[in-house]
Order: sequence, then structure tokens, then C-alpha cells
Amino acid sequence: MSSTQIKPSESETIQASESPRGNFWQILVRRLTSIEIIAPLVVGVLFLVSWELFVRWSNTPPYLLPGPLLVIQTLWRDWAILLPALWITFQITIVAFLAAIVSGVVLSILLTLNKWVEYSLFPYAVVLQTTPIVAIAPLIIIWTRQVLPPQSSTFVALVICAWIIAFFPILSNTTLGLNSVDHTLKDVFQLYNASPWQTLLYLRLPSALPYFLGGLRISGGLALIGAVVAEFVAGTGGQRSGIAYQILMASYNLQIARMFAAILLITLLGIGIFWSLTVLSNLLLGHWHESALKREN
Amino acid sequence: MPQAPVFHLHQVSKAYSNGVVALQGLNFTVNRGEFVSLVGASGCGKSTVLRLVANLLNITEGEIEWSDSEPQQKLAFVFQQPALLPWATVFENIRLPLKLAGMSRNKSRTKVQEAIHLVGLTGFESAYPRQLSGGMKMRVSLARALVTDPQLLLMDEPFGALDELTRTKLNHDLLRLAQQQHWTVLFVTHNLYEAVYLSHRVLVMSSHPGQIVAEVPIDVAYPRPEDFRLSRPFHQYCDRVAVELTQATQGQY
Ligand SMILES: Nc1ncnc2c1ncn2[C@@H]1O[C@H](COP(=O)(O)OP(=O)(O)OP(=O)(O)O)[C@@H](O)[C@H]1O
Ligand SMILES: [Mg+2]
Repeated sequence: MSSTQIKPSESETIQASESPRGNFWQILVRRLTSIEIIAPLVVGVLFLVSWELFVRWSNTPPYLLPGPLLVIQTLWRDWAILLPALWITFQITIVAFLAAIVSGVVLSILLTLNKWVEYSLFPYAVVLQTTPIVAIAPLIIIWTRQVLPPQSSTFVALVICAWIIAFFPILSNTTLGLNSVDHTLKDVFQLYNASPWQTLLYLRLPSALPYFLGGLRISGGLALIGAVVAEFVAGTGGQRSGIAYQILMASYNLQIARMFAAILLITLLGIGIFWSLTVLSNLLLGHWHESALKREN
Repeated sequence: MPQAPVFHLHQVSKAYSNGVVALQGLNFTVNRGEFVSLVGASGCGKSTVLRLVANLLNITEGEIEWSDSEPQQKLAFVFQQPALLPWATVFENIRLPLKLAGMSRNKSRTKVQEAIHLVGLTGFESAYPRQLSGGMKMRVSLARALVTDPQLLLMDEPFGALDELTRTKLNHDLLRLAQQQHWTVLFVTHNLYEAVYLSHRVLVMSSHPGQIVAEVPIDVAYPRPEDFRLSRPFHQYCDRVAVELTQATQGQY
């Protein structure tokens, strides 16, 4: 190649994408005082205040409906019981979630690489998804007790239940993503004789990433729900019992405030999981994907 | 100009699997170092011709005769859309063909830098496609095509989505590069001014089914200055192509 250079014309100027930046604290304060934060906060506070006032004025007994203040007090008092239980549920959720990610991604790659695998396996993935977990959880618990020692069998059974629920969104989203590759880009890869492996690595997987991350956010919450539902069905007590068991016991004993406190913890955990996955998603897609781009003006 | 054919389409027909007969009995030759434009109404099968030549589609009938034994290696394609990887920088996008050919990052660096330099994108190596204007994206696409040192360039309405000013500028740049690099170019457009300004020959296509109905040689020597566009011969050629185009589409709709 020779080296005569050609300059872009005036009409091709770059669209600068630097966002206005202040220092960290300025940004934080601006974020926290933005309408997106203030509006839901006001609604939430109004709701809690009306709830507390209603409970006080109507003299509703706490075993029917405790006020938010009592719930907080209970949470503080029963911390030592609730937190370890939440920790167990969290472990089940995480293990099931990781299993769902690995199995979902591997299977969806197999599905897109080979039509035979797709035709023969996908219907069963759908069956797995549409079977109510409450209905099959007892079976899973019985079966795992047959093959595993009692210390670990419950944990494994609960993980399996949560995995069944969390698995499908990842599988279906990733499969969709792997198949939604831009046609012209496929042509580019074909033109340069890319191997199937190169096409998967450099084209299909990156194209699928936004879809996969979308599935991840759904799955994270579902894994938690799956774990809690399965704990309800299992209903096991003892050392390694999760937060659902605490809810169950509290309801038997009419400790409704403790129930509320436990539900609050589960909700917070769910929000935490969703939030972390959103942050992860924005980190990975931040510089290129529409969903993570901030529009100027 | 010496008439050494690069490839020849012999009675080429293409029917898509849904029954649409896009091309029927197409014949034409492209010679070495020649700039040939293909013009025709939308849907007449121009893209189909390019995709057949690039072996991205299978021919239904007829054949493409290559004078070279390994045409694929010397062929590059610039698509209608820039078709860039949105997650990759300008540098990585341009490096793609070399990466797919197994060339290491270090080895390919100078080649990529050269291509970036040629299309005038120096300084934008680490920008992402979304940060670029339409014209700049097209330049990246062009750089990706020329990083492999192609001899034959297939271009499918590369500047179709650009404004007139940018298009004119890129036309000029393309012509300079084609001369410098001794490319053979098959260029699809439905802008006949562009076709006349760039080409040795303009092929006019009719539609349903697609056929070549006229060939207009543009006997003006290269390099063609910008003010060729203002000259009388330029407008006469444009008129001729326009007449042929009108005839080609008459009775169709
Ligand atoms: N993948 C496909 N399957 C079926 N029919 C197709 C396909 N691609 C193109 N066609 C048909 O073939 C004909 C020619 O299409 P082609 O894209 O080659 O036209 P074109 O001249 O490039 O049009 P344009 O100028 O709008 O790009 C059209 O009638 C179109 O409907
Ligand atoms: Mg086309």
C-alpha cells in the first residue's frame, strides 16, 4: 500500500460522547436528589406512615397485621435466628443460580450448533419449565434422600428445585441471542472463511451477551423464589433450615411480625441480587449496547 | 486498457428457494483493473449478483468462470450497511479479517494501521462504532475490506445511506485508492451520477427477471478531477444511462 492519506470531510465529524462529569460526590448527590430516587422514596414513606397510622388507629392486633415499626423491632430482636436462616437460603440460591448459568449456556450453545440436539432436547426443557415446581419438589426430595446422606440430601434437593426454575430463562434467552446475529455480519464471517468455532467465539457469543444478561436478571430472582418455594415444601427444621422454614414456623406460632421481618429479608436479598446483576450487565455492555447507553439530552 | 478478464458470468440464473427468480441468463465480464458499475431499479437483483460472485450464494444455473485459480483470497466485499461489530473498536473491526485468517495481533498491527491511515481515520483507532458518523463507519468498513490487500473489490451501494456531500467526497477518495492500489471494482449503485463518475463501464439492469440490458462505456481518462462532474460529457453520459434505465424499467410497472 502506498501512503497517500485521505481526511474525513467536515460532514463526517465525530459525535462526541463524553458525558458531563463532576467529581464522585457531586455525581452521587445529583443522583440521590434526582426525581428517579425522590419520587419512589416519597411514595414508600407515605405508604409506611399510612400503614403505621392505620394499625394504631384501628387497634389491629399484631397477630393479624403488625405495623412497620414493630416489624423493624422484631427484625432487630430476632436477628440471630433470621440471619443464619437467610444465609442458608442464599447459599441454595447461589449454587442453583450458578448451575443454571453453566447448564443454560452450555446447552444453548449445543442447541445452536446442532439442529439434532435442538429438536431432541428443547421440548423437554419446556416441559421442565412448565411443570409446577411445588408438584415435583416432594419427589425430588424423596429421591435425593434415597441416594445421598441425610446431611446433604436436603440441600441438594433444594438446589435442584431452584435450578429447575432458574434454568429456563437463561437457556431460552441465550439461544435467542445466539440466533439473532446480524445477517450482514454473518456474511462478513463467511466471506473471510471463519471456522464455526471462530464464528461462535467472535460473533455469536458477543451478539448473545445482552440477551444472556437479560436472562440472568430474570433467573437470579427466580433462583431465590425456587429456593424459598422448595424450602416450604421440604419443611425441614434443624440446623440447616432456611428462611422459608422460619416463615412457616412463625405462621404456626402466630408470630406475624417475625413473618413480616423474614419476608422483608427475602425481598431485600432479591433486590440485592437484581441490583448486582444490573450493575454487572451495565459493566459488560456499557461501551457498546443500546440498553446500557446513556443518551445525551 | 488491456482486456484481461478477471471473471466472466456465463448464463447465470438465480432462483431463491421461495420461487423468486432474481436473475436469468446473466452474461458479463469484468476485466483486470476495471471499475464496473451495476445500476438498476431497486429489487432488480444487483445485490444477488454480488453475493453470487462472492460465493455467499449458490448459483441455480450457469457458471462464473474465474481466470485465477484462487479468487476467494483476493476478494473483498463492502456491504450496504457498514456491518461493524458493535462491541469492538475501530482497530479491532479492521483487524477482523486478519484475525480470522489466524494472523497474530502484533503481525497485523502495521497492516491495520496502514489501512486506517489510507481511509483517513488515524486517531480513531480506539473509538467504538456508535461514536462514529455514518460516513466514518463506511470508512471503517472500507478499511476492513482493504486490509487484506484485495485485488477485486465488490461494493454493494456502500454510500447509499450518506448525504450527497459525504458521498461525493468518498467517491473521490475511492477513485484515488482504486487507482493507487490497482483494484478491480464491481460497484453496485442506483445513483447514476456516482456510476458515471467512477466507472469505466456502466451496466444497466432490468428487473423481473434481472438481466443486463445495456452497457455504457465511459471513455474518460483517469484520474478524473472533481470538476469532471460539471463538464458537458459527464452530463451527456448521465443522460445516456438515464435513458437506458428508463427503457429497462419500462413496461415493468
Ligand atoms: N433471501 C432472499 N429470499 C428470497 N428472495 C430474495 C432474497 N433476497 C432477495 N430476494 C428477491 O430477489 C430480488 C432481487 O433482490 P436483490 O436484493 O438482489 O435486489 P437489489 O437490486 O439489490 O435491490 P436494492 O437496490 O433494493 O438493494 C428481489 O425481488 C427480492 O425480493
Ligand atoms: Mg441490494
